[in-house]
Amino acid sequence: MALNREQIAKRVAQEFYDGAYINLGIGIPTLAANYVPKNMEVMLQSENGLLGMGPYPTETQVDADMINAGKETVTAATGASIFSSAESFAMIRGGHVDLTVLGAFEVDIHGNIASWMIPGKLIKGMGGAMDLVAGARNIIVTMTHADKHGNSKLLSDCTLPLTGVNCINKIITDLAVLEVKEGAFHLLERAPGVSTEEIISKTAGKLIVTANVPEMQV
Amino acid sequence: MAGFNKVVGSYAEALDGLSDNMTVISGGFGLCGIAEGLIAQIQRMGTTGLTVVSNNCGVDGFGLGLLLEKKQIKKMISSYVGENALFEQQLLSGELEVELTPQGTLAERLRAGGAGIPAFFTATGVGTPVAEGKEVREFSGRQYLMERAITGDFAIVKAWKADRYGNCIYRHTAQNFNPMAATAGKITVLEVEELVEPGELEPSSIHTPGIYVNRVIVGKFEKRIERKVLSTAKV
Repeated sequence: MALNREQIAKRVAQEFYDGAYINLGIGIPTLAANYVPKNMEVMLQSENGLLGMGPYPTETQVDADMINAGKETVTAATGASIFSSAESFAMIRGGHVDLTVLGAFEVDIHGNIASWMIPGKLIKGMGGAMDLVAGARNIIVTMTHADKHGNSKLLSDCTLPLTGVNCINKIITDLAVLEVKEGAFHLLERAPGVSTEEIISKTAGKLIVTANVPEMQV
Repeated sequence: MAGFNKVVGSYAEALDGLSDNMTVISGGFGLCGIAEGLIAQIQRMGTTGLTVVSNNCGVDGFGLGLLLEKKQIKKMISSYVGENALFEQQLLSGELEVELTPQGTLAERLRAGGAGIPAFFTATGVGTPVAEGKEVREFSGRQYLMERAITGDFAIVKAWKADRYGNCIYRHTAQNFNPMAATAGKITVLEVEELVEPGELEPSSIHTPGIYVNRVIVGKFEKRIERKVLSTAKV
């Protein structure tokens, strides 16, 4: 069975490690914050200028001056700091954020990512995504393996305008976990009950598959 | 305005000198930390042909979205827009031009503008549509784009507390682009929630020193929330 959003988020959270500074993009990446392993301390960075993002507020905690990069109301965690956008992107661009997780339309075997612009559709902008993929040390993409028409999103070369080049290390989809290196996708794990054949058929770019690919633990 | 008393008594005074075709830098992230009263004043003045530098362009009927109603904006320099239908309409009809700039690059272009640095190199945007027409240089084996600084005729900045010198602090994430905007305006106007007595702000805790600030006005803020999400809700 393909994973649902919560299961993908759970698998993403397994990539977190104690003491990591992490930036989570809008959507499934943000959900991963609900599954931070117990006995582990991580700091979530929100690029509008918050390091140490806490849970959403209760009704009485709601404060218009306290939002995340998705413009949602949030709280600050213990140990948080708040700063300007220039400072925020200095820590991103300067390589101080350990892990970035974001969504994408397409990823290719060179580690290129397209996530912000579909020609012919209204272009809303890239926000902080280009800075994040250019700056973070380790970048994970979450997305469905194929679009709703069944077309693979894991390609030899991205067809859409890029967000960044040669920057994606790992992809977590509803079907598989893959590493991107040396001009190919490498199958690391498959979703419970999903066959290697199905993953092969839905991966358009070069895919390296070793024998006995383990199932994800979600 | 005498000496270091930068406080003005009216919005008309606060934006005196703003005229058609000027560049206005606005602090704020979405509707968080925006100079609500100064934006409303620009709408009342009816100034047109403006280039507005701001991370976003408000929503329909609020924030910078107000300036779209009378088609006062000619060009937006932003990282993310289109939270409003009017924006989309004017963009598609060609009445409005947009220069999309990655968020961190936008913040740094403003910081550079205020700090007297005409341009800088960043890896952000290399190999993407953002790189078109820009100089690419290699440093230590990696490619970087040259991005130019931004300055404006006016900067409209929202602060929490300020004194008459223009020293100010911002509240929580309402800080965002405001400190950079404050440095990059030829005339920087602060709209603040509270005017405090000189000396009340701890000198070492001041976010923006008064040297960057030309005028201060005390405003009233609606502080609209764009996306209220509570702890019980699913994302």
